[in-house]
Amino acid sequence: MTDAIIDIDRVTKRYGSHTVLQDLCFSVRPGEKLALIGPSGSGKTTILRTLMTLETIESGTIRIDGEHLFQMERNGSLVPADEAHLHRMRTRIGMVFQLFNLFPHKCVLDNVTLAPMLTKGVRKADAERRAMELLDLVGLADKARAMPAQLSGGQKQRVAIARALALQPRIMLFDEVTSALDPELVEEVLNVMRMLGSTTDMTMLLVTHEMSFAHDFADRVLFFDRGRIVEEGPPDVLFTNPTHERTQAFLKKIIAAGQRI
Amino acid sequence: MADWAGYLGLMLDGALVTAKLTVLGCALALPAAFLAGLGRLSRHATVRAVSVAYIEFFRGTSIFVQLFWAYFVLPLMGVTLTPLQAGVLALGLNVGAYGAEVVRSAVQSIGREQHEACVALNLTRWQSLRHVLLPQAAVVMVPTFCNNAIELLKATSVVSLISLSDLTFQAQVVRSQTGSTALPFLTVLVIYFAYASLISAGMKALERRMTRGLDGLRT
Repeated sequence: MTDAIIDIDRVTKRYGSHTVLQDLCFSVRPGEKLALIGPSGSGKTTILRTLMTLETIESGTIRIDGEHLFQMERNGSLVPADEAHLHRMRTRIGMVFQLFNLFPHKCVLDNVTLAPMLTKGVRKADAERRAMELLDLVGLADKARAMPAQLSGGQKQRVAIARALALQPRIMLFDEVTSALDPELVEEVLNVMRMLGSTTDMTMLLVTHEMSFAHDFADRVLFFDRGRIVEEGPPDVLFTNPTHERTQAFLKKIIAAGQRI
Repeated sequence: MADWAGYLGLMLDGALVTAKLTVLGCALALPAAFLAGLGRLSRHATVRAVSVAYIEFFRGTSIFVQLFWAYFVLPLMGVTLTPLQAGVLALGLNVGAYGAEVVRSAVQSIGREQHEACVALNLTRWQSLRHVLLPQAAVVMVPTFCNNAIELLKATSVVSLISLSDLTFQAQVVRSQTGSTALPFLTVLVIYFAYASLISAGMKALERRMTRGLDGLRT
């Protein structure tokens, strides 16, 4: 799988005696849109957090563009990655969180410009011009000077997306980005993601409970349960004709809860 | 009775010394608090150990003893300080040790999600601290720093023990020269209270300024 942008090989992750990821293997092609679905606690968020280096793993390997994420080569052998290596690897990956995680003491514009200025040395004027383009893209150019506390949840999440995009990552991770939103605000965020999906060649991994969105958006869907991938396939197949009984049971529950697929 | 103006002058001289000690003491306590407080959060064990040693030593021993050390013992080691320098050193380092715990707990009170946003945006530890964590933590520190500054103001009265003529010392002088007890001590009370109110008001204004925009009320 040398052409994979993300290659996850037999990854195991534990919290104490609880195993969250169990010998997990999968890979992602450049530009692929991947939806990770499954019950709570099945490990789908953990895998995103691990890719963002917010978690470490007990065993297995993760490669981004063929390069080890948590290890680096020194004198011909693999050693645990140091901070500089992680820093370099993170430049390829961006993440949007369930609870937005905006910086409350900075206005919208400064939230977006901070990281490009600090990590890439972009000049303030250039960073602001780029930030305004991104805010325009997510429909919030008029809120550039607002403080996060003045925004609705949907607006905050769109700012968070613009902030992650400002670093021009090749891989974007979306961790239940609509789960904390009031129902009427979900659509504005999904619209932004649809637009990103159709206009960019970024690789996108999304953990979601919005099945109909996953259906329309993803090239491939992975169904997680208890730290493993139980079933995977194109959305048309997985949603309409799941073969595994746990997938069937999960989707049945989702439909019973009133969601369209 | 004719000398009341002169006695008041004495008290005001004392008030000036007290103000000087408070301002200079705070000017030392603040950087000491940040250095030791952030030092306790360092990744390096040695830095953590030095910070803990400083904090525990200055919190765990009496300010009297610290003052005597600064003024009477340091000269035996070849470091001679003026009474004002010794007073500022002891007060600043003493209150700085308490302030260090304020800095540490304020930084730790900032939610994990802010740290994680910093990692996801690829900021270094120092950049995260400088641009994201400290500006938010500072808001949390201000009310407790206000307490610390008032504590420092009140602790300045110990410097009369090393022959500095601060406000409390001058009140004693006036009392012994006039035989009047209530009046000088009432004056002292009023002046300390006025100073403390000044610190309180200043800190309140600072807090208001720093929280502006955080609650979404700014338009």
